[in-house]
Formats: sequence, structure tokens, C-alpha cells
Amino acid sequence: MTEPAAVAAPKPHIAHEVPHEALGFWRKYVFSTDHKVIGIQYAITGLLFLLFGFSLMMLMRWQLAYPGAALPLLGRLLGEARMPGGTMLPEFYNELGAMHGTIMVFLGVVPLAVGGFGNFVVPLQIGAQDMAFPRLNMASYWSFFLGGVTMLASFLVPGGAAQGGWTSYTPLSVLAGTGQTMWLIGMIFLITSSLLGAINFITTIIQLRAKGLTFLRFPFFVWTQFVTAFLLLLAFPPLEAAAVMQLMDRVAGTSFFLPSGLVVSGQVVAVAGGGNPLLWQHLFWFLAHPEVYVLILPGMGIVAEIIANNTRKPLWGYRSMVYSLVFLGFMSFIVWAHHMFMTGMGTAMAAFFQTTTMIISIPSVVILTALIISLWGGSIRFNTPMLFAVAFLPMFGIGGLTGLPLGLNVADIPLHDTYYVIAHFHYVVAPGTIFALFAGIYYWFPKATGRKMNETLGKIHFFGSLVCMNVVFMPMFLMGLAGVSRRLFDGGASYAFAQPVLHLNVVSSWGAWTLAIFQIPFIFNFFWSIWKGEQTDGNPWQATTIEWAAPSPPPHGNFPVAPEAYRGPYEYSVPGAAKDFLPQYEA
Amino acid sequence: MDIPYTVEVRRDTGLTNGKIGIWLFLASEVMLFGALFASYILIRTGAPSWPRGDTILNVPLATFNTLVLISSSVTMVMAWASLMRHRFGTFRIYMGATILLGFVFLVVKYFEYSHKFENGLYPSTNNFLAIYFTLTGLHMLHVFGGMMVNAYFLGPGSKLWKTNPEWFTNRVEHSGLFWHFVDLVWIFLFPTLYLL
Repeated sequence: MTEPAAVAAPKPHIAHEVPHEALGFWRKYVFSTDHKVIGIQYAITGLLFLLFGFSLMMLMRWQLAYPGAALPLLGRLLGEARMPGGTMLPEFYNELGAMHGTIMVFLGVVPLAVGGFGNFVVPLQIGAQDMAFPRLNMASYWSFFLGGVTMLASFLVPGGAAQGGWTSYTPLSVLAGTGQTMWLIGMIFLITSSLLGAINFITTIIQLRAKGLTFLRFPFFVWTQFVTAFLLLLAFPPLEAAAVMQLMDRVAGTSFFLPSGLVVSGQVVAVAGGGNPLLWQHLFWFLAHPEVYVLILPGMGIVAEIIANNTRKPLWGYRSMVYSLVFLGFMSFIVWAHHMFMTGMGTAMAAFFQTTTMIISIPSVVILTALIISLWGGSIRFNTPMLFAVAFLPMFGIGGLTGLPLGLNVADIPLHDTYYVIAHFHYVVAPGTIFALFAGIYYWFPKATGRKMNETLGKIHFFGSLVCMNVVFMPMFLMGLAGVSRRLFDGGASYAFAQPVLHLNVVSSWGAWTLAIFQIPFIFNFFWSIWKGEQTDGNPWQATTIEWAAPSPPPHGNFPVAPEAYRGPYEYSVPGAAKDFLPQYEA
Repeated sequence: MDIPYTVEVRRDTGLTNGKIGIWLFLASEVMLFGALFASYILIRTGAPSWPRGDTILNVPLATFNTLVLISSSVTMVMAWASLMRHRFGTFRIYMGATILLGFVFLVVKYFEYSHKFENGLYPSTNNFLAIYFTLTGLHMLHVFGGMMVNAYFLGPGSKLWKTNPEWFTNRVEHSGLFWHFVDLVWIFLFPTLYLL
């Protein structure tokens, strides 16, 4: 390794002005301002929430596979108010459904993908010593934490947690119990957290990139986080406005979302009226469609890093990928109403939104295609991160392509609100994004700990998860095409037309429970490798990007000498070079 | 550990971190208030009848408040300009005036609100009042937040002036940008709610 020149930097960044050791336990590990500690805090909290959200779903899968049957042991532990005699009450099923969605999206995947990977990796990849606003970064984590606690606490209030789905559609959610108020307050904390994080990411990426690191020398992962941060920054505030209005409806008795003459249980609701229930849907989806890209873009970024590294080739079409990404970010703000074709919006509006939806599918396909072509002719190393990254491609492909019919008004109307929709977006997020996140954990684990995770356990985790994910979600396409509605408490058992496909509920459920078993090797591997894993040097994957210039684990301040970027991010197998990779940070 | 470009500008972007940060924050604030204004439009266009603002609200008081906020923006700029000229004493006078004007705004708003409540006009009365209380309430929270930040720079935060005057000046400038934004929101709120 040649020595990176720091002399020319405008102001030499001297790390270790405050020795890390000088900080006490609380400042070092709990209320830390170090981006790496905050990243790991986000990642661990996110993983715990993913496990919790998954557990809620496993409970629901029992009710769906065996409607009305008493759940042995666990059923009784949950108490008479939720599962009398071990049999699930519909209200509890609705709580589980709403909180599964909320937790997986807002407390699991986004905190792990953006808060975890973004915080840990982005400053390292751009050669910065920390985020631009370290204290804001800490505030962002603790705001997220408070939001999470509020959401969890809502299970304990009278009437239980929110029951209105993760979308909290009005007017039902306005009339629901206390849990919904907790949900709204929790969301306000989470939105604040995202906002602080987004400002920090954009500023860090623009200002703190190393000398020579121009925008088109960014690793693709940095680009995905950059675009994601803009989506969070601009799409979340409208939901915050909507949450404030719903809170006003619930607490101050306004009727933003309550129409005149609303009748509930045979009684006209005593409010002023004149509100518009669809307004909530517009504001919600104005956030939630960009949110879909917040869920998927960091995953794509992780996969791009790992594919380039393990094919030992530059990414095919890097520039097209970047331009597609930016275009996709813009477009994601004008497609939201394709979630609302069922509201009777009229053909003119539907035509507009289905056109923009078809247009936005183009950049996603460009990125996915570029990643697939990147595999072509490479001498691929199939380590655990690469297996997850490669599996991401067809899994996300299935999720993405099955979304096309949902973007077209005419096809959406029969498919919407069936299990088809559930299968579609779970393919995008579960074997899609979550596989990418697993890939990222296996890939950057050596950077965070200085040790590699075990390969054998990793492969058991991978193959088990890959099979089980498909066993869980593939049957849902069939059930959806057969017309079975989603969100049914009995999984469709009370409908005659659903009888021929009901056995698929049992298949899905057993798939989900087996999937849980295959996460045990991962959990064990994660903790075992922290202390016992194979020790590695700074750059165990022979990678080119700047994070690998730092020691593993990087000290406070990251780099002994401020790194510089001399070339693009993926200079693998350059003809005539002495080794098969030319790191960005080597002159 | 010092984060670079906190005080000095980065040459290729020509900006400090704080300047980018505050503008990004204001962009998100535009989306927040934008969504509320959009909701106002949607609810109003869908309503069979809608009261004119001046039949319910007190226009002279609000006009006075508009002048108060505009003046506070002027004093805010003067506070920052005093720092640019290294006149810390004048800065304190102008900053104090900015906070005082913010306080006057809130006091007037308090009288407006309590007058409404005395007459039995609550957010739940109708959707005009619902959007009025929500928008002005959120705006008041912003005024209050801005006053807190300004009070910090007048009080304990001003210690930074002795050690790093340039950084302190930047901070006051960023706080000023937020204050002007809050002022601007009111400039939109006033005609929308009181006059239309």
C-alpha cells in the first residue's frame, strides 16, 4: 500500500485530538456521537425490531393456517384480553397486522438500512472522520428509540395497539382506541429522527468527501444513500402534517378526515364534519411511495458493492445506474396515487398516475439489468455476502415485475386488496431488501469488528432462508389470483370460493416458522464471530472503496491519515495492473 | 476531533456544513407547511360553504402582528450585520429586540386565541377553525422554537463569540435564516386565513 498524501487537503484532519479512551462508558457506547457507534446502535435496534415484527407475523400465521384453533402454551401467556383460552381475538389479530407493518417498515428495515448501514458505511466510504453533525446524529438515534418505545408501549394501553393497518386509513383510525394516538405520537418521533438523519447524510456527503472524491467517483452505495436522504427529507414532512391533523381529529375533535353525516354503529358521529377521508390517503402515500424506494435503494447499493467486489469486475453501466437512481428519486414523488386506484379517482387521474408508474419502472429495471450484466464473465467468489447479493436479483425481480400489473388501473382493481399485493411487496422487501441487508452485515462485519463471520453457518442461513422465503410468499400469489382478500382474520376460510386454495395458508405458515429456525444460525454466528471469528486485516475482501483503507475496527476519527481518492470506485482486474484490484485510496 | 468546514467554507462547494444543513431543514419545513396548505385548499374546495376569514378573525390584530414579525426579521438581520462588523454590543441590542418582538407576537396571539375560546369557537367548531388553529398553532411553535434558539445565542451561546467569532456569526446567520422562514410562513398564513 502506498501512503495516501494528506498534505494537499485544505485543512489536515487530525484524528485523536480527544483520545477515545478519555470518554467514559456512557459517552462511548450509549450517548456516543461517533457515527460508527450510532450506526451499530441503529443496526442492533433495527435487527431486534425485525425479529419482534417477524414474531408478530408468526402469531398471525397460526391464526391464518388454523383459524380459531387454540395456540398451545404461548396463546395462554398472551392473556384473556388478547387470546382467551389460546384462541386469537379478531381485535388482537388486527393489532398484530398493523404493528407488524409499522414495525417492519419504520422500526426495522429503514433504521437498519439507512440508520445502520448509512451511518456506519457512508462516512467511511467517502473518507470522512465522522458525520457533519455528530450531536444531531445522536439525537436522531434517540428520537428513533423514543418512537420505538412509544410503539411498543402502545400494546399495553387499554384496547391495545393501533388496529388500522400500517396505513392508518381514516376515518376508521380517527375513531379507533388509544393505541392509535400512541401510533401517531410514535410516528412523530420517527419522522423527526429521519429528518435529522437525512439533513446529516446530505450535508456529510456533499461536504466531507475526501479530496479527489468527485460525485461520479462515489461508490454506488453512497449514491443510494444520498438519494434516499432526499426522499426522507422531502416526503416525510407531509406525513408529519397528516399525523398532526389526525392527532387534532382525535384529541381536539376537529374533522379534517371525518366527512359530514358519518354513521358508525347506526349512530351519526357527533363532529362538525366536512372533512375528507381521502386526504389522509393522499398525504400518507405521498410519503409511503417514496418510502418504498427508501426501503429498496440502500439494498440495491449494498448489492452493487458486493457484486463488484466478488465478480472482480467494475460495475457494468455505473453512470447509467447513477442517472437512473437520480431520475427514480424524482419520479417517486409523482406516482403515489397508484396506491389509490380503488378510491374511484376517475380515469383522467388514474391515467396520469399509471403513466408515471410505468415510467418509474424503467430506471429500476435499468439498475437491476446493469447488476445482472455485471455478473457476466466474472470469476465469481461465492462467499456468503455474495450469495445473498446474487439471490437479491431474482427475488427483487419477481417483486418488481409482479408490481407492474398493480401499477395499471384496470389490472389493479381486481388484484388490489388480495394476497397478490402482499406477495408482491414482500418479495421486494423480504427476500429483496432483507437479503441485501444480510449481505451487508456479512460483508461489513469484518470492518466493524475486525473478524469475519463463519462461512458454513452463513451458508446454512442463506440456503434455508432462500427456500423458506419462497415457500412463504409464492403461495400468496396463487391465493391472490384466486381472489382471496388480504387482512382477513380467518385467512379466507369463511368464503366458498377460497376453499380450493386454503391449504396454501398452511404451507405459508410452516414456511414462516421454518424461516425463523433458519435465523438461529445467523444469530449465533453474529455473536460468536464478534469474539471468536477469524481475525482479518483492514481489507479482507480485497476491495477498492475507501472504507477498507481504515483499520478494522476503525478508531474514533476513522483514518490515521486523511485518505484521498485517485480513481473511480470499482477498478477491479485492470489490465496490466500488478494485482486484480486498484483501491481508490492508493495513488 | 474537529469536523471540517464547520467554520471555514469548503472551496469547491463554497459553503459551510451549517449553511447546507439549515437550507435542507427549511426545504423540509416547506414540505410540512406545503402539505398543510394543500390540505387547506382541498378541504375548502370540497366544502359547500366557507366563511370569509375577516368575519371570524381579527384582521387589525393580525395586521399588527404581521408588522411585528416583519420588524423582527429586520432586527434579526441587524443583529447578524452587527456581528459582521464586530460590534457585539449592538448585536445584543438587536437580538434582544428580535426576541422581544417574537414575544409580542405570541402575546397578541394569546389574546386572539382566548377571545375565540371565550366566544365558544374551538378547533372542533368547524373546519375553518380547525385549519386556523392547526396552522397558526404549528406556526406559533416555530416562533417559540426560534425565540429559544435566539435566546440561547443572546445568553450562554454567546460565549463562543470570544473564542471563535466567525463560527458564532455563522450560527446567528443560520438562526436568522430560520427566523426569516418563520416570518415568511406568516406572510402566507395571514392573507390565506384572515383575508381570503
